Amino acid sequence: MSRCGAGVRSRADPALDTLVIQALNGLASASSLFLVASGLTVIFGVSRIVNFAHGSFYMLGAYLAWTLVSHGPLAGLGGFWGFWGGILLAALAIGLIGALAEMTILRRIYRAPELFQLLATFALVLVVQDLVLLFWGPDDKFGPRAPLLRGAVEILGLRFPRYELFLIAIGPVMLGLLWLLFHRTRFGILLRAATQDREMVAALGVDQRLLFTGVFFLGSALAGLGGALQLPREAVTIHMDMAIIVQVFVVVVVGGLGSLPGAFLAALLISELHAFGILAFPRITLVLVFLVMAVVLVLRPHGLLGREPEGAPPASEAGQPLPGPAPRWLRGLGWAALALLLALPPFLGEYPLILLADFAALVLFAASLHFIMGPGGMASFGHAAYFGAGAYAAALLARHLAAPMEAGLIAAPFFAGLVGLAFGWFCVRLSGVYSAMLTLAFAQIAWSLAFQWIEVTGGDNGILGVWPSEWARGRLAFWYLSLALCGLGVWLLRRAIHAPFGMALRAQRDSPLRAEAIGIDAFRIRWLAFALAAAAAGVAGSLFAYGKGSVFPSSLDIPRSVDALLMVLLGGVQTLSGPVLGAIAYAGLQEQLARLTDLWRLVLGLVILALVLFFPSGLAGALQRRRGA
Amino acid sequence: MTPVLQAQGLVKAWGGNRAVDGVSFELAPGEMLALIGPNGAGKSTCFNMLNGQLRPDAGTVRLGGRDITGWAPRAIWRQGVGRTFQVTATFGSLTVLDNVRMALLSHARRLLGLWQPAAGLMTREAEELLERVGMADQADRPCGILAYGDLKRLELAMALANRPRLLLMDEPTAGMAPAGRLALMSQTAAIARAAGIAVLFTEHDMDVVFNHADRVLVLDRGRLVAGGAPAAVRANPLVRQIYLGGMAD
Ligand SMILES: Nc1ncnc2c1ncn2[C@@H]1O[C@H](COP(=O)(O)OP(=O)(O)O)[C@@H](O)[C@H]1O
Ligand SMILES: [Mg+2]
Repeated sequence: MSRCGAGVRSRADPALDTLVIQALNGLASASSLFLVASGLTVIFGVSRIVNFAHGSFYMLGAYLAWTLVSHGPLAGLGGFWGFWGGILLAALAIGLIGALAEMTILRRIYRAPELFQLLATFALVLVVQDLVLLFWGPDDKFGPRAPLLRGAVEILGLRFPRYELFLIAIGPVMLGLLWLLFHRTRFGILLRAATQDREMVAALGVDQRLLFTGVFFLGSALAGLGGALQLPREAVTIHMDMAIIVQVFVVVVVGGLGSLPGAFLAALLISELHAFGILAFPRITLVLVFLVMAVVLVLRPHGLLGREPEGAPPASEAGQPLPGPAPRWLRGLGWAALALLLALPPFLGEYPLILLADFAALVLFAASLHFIMGPGGMASFGHAAYFGAGAYAAALLARHLAAPMEAGLIAAPFFAGLVGLAFGWFCVRLSGVYSAMLTLAFAQIAWSLAFQWIEVTGGDNGILGVWPSEWARGRLAFWYLSLALCGLGVWLLRRAIHAPFGMALRAQRDSPLRAEAIGIDAFRIRWLAFALAAAAAGVAGSLFAYGKGSVFPSSLDIPRSVDALLMVLLGGVQTLSGPVLGAIAYAGLQEQLARLTDLWRLVLGLVILALVLFFPSGLAGALQRRRGA
Repeated sequence: MTPVLQAQGLVKAWGGNRAVDGVSFELAPGEMLALIGPNGAGKSTCFNMLNGQLRPDAGTVRLGGRDITGWAPRAIWRQGVGRTFQVTATFGSLTVLDNVRMALLSHARRLLGLWQPAAGLMTREAEELLERVGMADQADRPCGILAYGDLKRLELAMALANRPRLLLMDEPTAGMAPAGRLALMSQTAAIARAAGIAVLFTEHDMDVVFNHADRVLVLDRGRLVAGGAPAAVRANPLVRQIYLGGMAD
C-alpha cells in the first residue's frame, strides 16, 4: 500500500495499462508488507506476543539505513556496497535492538494478560517515536536510488521501475528462505516445535531464553529490512510506524497469526485490494481493506490459514469478587470531593475550568471502557471510535444542520451507540488478541472515514465552530454541565454493573460454559454491553468537542484509544473507583508532562512500562491491597 | 407415557476415534438412570450431545417427543433441562446466593434489567433453593473459595432453578469423599423424587450407582454394551470384565 503509483503509460489500451500497472504495484507493495508481517507473525508464533513496536522497528530500519547509506562510513564507499551494505547493516542492527528489547522488557511479560503485553509494546512505540525525533528531527528524509536497479524496464509496452520488480521478487524469495530456515535448520525446527509445544522444547533441554531472544532478533531484523528497503521508494517520515503497523496487523490477522504462508497470501490480497480499490473507490480504500478483514474474521475467526490456539488462554484478572460497599471514610472522601467540585470552581480561573471539564469527559470515557473490560472481560483497543463518533455526531450536526448543542448532546450517545452496535457485532465474538486487533481495525475504519471523507468531515482540517449554546458558553456553566452529564453517566454505568445485566456480564466472563447452561445468551449480553459503553463514550466525546469548539480525526486515533486503556489499567480493572482515579491521574500526568518536557512521549512510555512491569493491578488495586494487608 | 428423553443412534467422532458410536436409549419421567463405563468410554461426550454443547455427527435427541438435535444449550435449558458438569463450572466472582440468583433471573428472563440492583431480586427463591441442597449457611460466601463438594451442591441448586423435568449430572460426586458422595446422591434422589424430575447421571462409585439408580446403562468404547436393573447389571459377567479391565484409575 505504498503511495507510489509507478509506471508511465506509453501505448496499448489505456484501461488495460492501468490495470496491469496497478496489479504490479500491488505485488510490489505485497512484498514489502510481507517482509514486515512475516517478522511479526514469526515472533507471535513463538512468544504469543503481538508486538506493537514492530512498526517502530520498521521505521528505525528506514532511518538507520538512510544514515548509513548517505552519511556513515559506508556512504564513503558509495556504489553497490555503500547502498546494499547499508541496507543489510541496518537490518542487522534492528535485529539486535529487537533482541535487546526482548531481554530487558518483553521477557518479563510472557505470562501477563494479552492486553498488558500490547500496552508494554505500545510503550516502546512511544519511546521510539521520541528517540527518532531526537536523533533525526521532524523533517522527511529522502534516500538515493538503488545501484543496479535504477530506471525502468518495459513490460508489454509499459515502463515499470526496476526497483519495484526487484521488490516483487523479494517477497517469494524471502518466503522460500524462511521456509528453508524453519524446515532445514536446527534453530528453525526448534522454533517450530516451540510454536506447537513450549513445554516439550523445555523438556528437550533447549535453552528457551536463547530461542526467544533469537526469534525476536529474526523478526525485528525482518522489520528493519522491510523499512530499509523502502528507502529508494518513499520518503522516510516519523509517521511510518503507525501507518505500517496497522497494515501489518491487518495482514497477520487476515492470514492467521503465526502462519507465514497465511501472511503471504493476506499481504497479496490486501495489497491488490488496495491497488485496485484506489481505481474504483479512491475515497474509501482504507475502509475497504478493513471491511475485508472484518469479513474474513467473521467467516474464519482465526484467519485464512490460522489455527485455533491450543491450550487454555492466559490467565486474566477475572474472578475477583466486586468490592463490597465502599468503607465509610472513602464514601466520605467522595462526597467531600463532590462538594469541592461544586463549590470551588466559581473561584477558579479560565484554564483550570477548561482542564476540569476535560477531566470530566475523560473520566466518563474511561468508565465506559471499564464497563466492558472489567465486568465484561472484553478488551477494546479501539474505544476511541465511539468517543470520536460522539464528537463527530455533535460536530456534523452543528456544521451541516446548524443544530444547537442540546441536539448534539442528545444525538451523540445514540449515534455512538449505533456505531457500537455495528462494530460490536463483529468484535464481541472473538476474544483475546483477535478481539483487541479487530477493535483496533474498526477504530481505524472510523478514523479513515473521518480522515478521507473530506467533503463531510473536513478531513485533517477537522470541523471548527462546534460551540456550546449561549447559556453554557461560559467556562463555569460548561464545567457544571460537564460535571452533571459525566457524573450521571458514571452513576448510570455503576447502577448497570450492580443490576442483573451487570451481573450477567460478569457471569459470562467468569464461566461462559455455565452461563450458556443457565440460558444466558453471552453474545447478546456482550453485544449490548459494548453498545452501552459506546454510547457513554459518545457522550464524553461530544462534551469534549463542545469544550474545544472543534473536532479532528485525532479524536478517534490509536493514541486516544490507548489513553482510555491506560486510564483504566492505571486505575485497576477490578475496582469501581478505578476508572475515575485512573482518568484523573493519567490526564493530570499527561498535562504536567506536556508542560514540563518536549519528550513527554518518552517519559509516558517509560511510565507505562513501569506500570505494566510493577503495578499490574493498578492504583486502586494497590490501595486496596494496602487496606487489605 | 412419552419418555422425557429419547436418544437415537447418537454418533460423535474425533478424527478417526468414534467416541460415541450409535447410542440409543430412553428415559421415563421421574426415572433415575445411571450411565456407567470406564474412563474415556464416551459418557461426557454423550452428555454434551444431549444438552446441546456438541452437535452429534448422526442421530437425534428428543425431549418430551420434540426433536432438539442441534439446539443451543441455552435453548435446551429453557425446555427444562438442568446440567451439572464433571469439572464444576460456577461464577467465581459472585457469591453463592448470586450464582443461584443468576439462574433464577435468567429463568424469569430478567437479565436485561439495568436499573434495579440485583441484590434485591428473587432473594427468597434463591435462599429456598440453597436450603434444598443444604447450602443456606454459605449463601454470602464468594463461590471462588468453596470446598469442592459445596461447589457440586451449588451447581445442583443452579440446575434446579428452572424447575427442570430432566437433570443431566456428569459425575456429580467426582472428587468428593465417599461419605459425602452417598449423602449428596441421597439428597439429589430425594429432591428428584419429590419434584418428579428424571435424572441421568454418570458415576464411578458403584455403591452410589446401585443404591440410587432405577436402571443402569453400561457404555464401553462408545457403545452401549449392557443395561437393565442394577442387580442384573451387577451380575453381568461382561460388565465385570470391563470394569476389572478398565477401572484401574
Ligand atoms: N474435544 C475432544 N477432542 C478430541 N477427543 C475428545 C474430545 N473430547 C473427548 N474426546 C475423546 O473421546 C473419548 C471419550 O471421552 P469422554 O466422553 O470424555 O469419556 P468419559 O466421560 O466417559 O470419560 C476419549 O477417548 C476422549 O479422548
Ligand atoms: Mg467424563
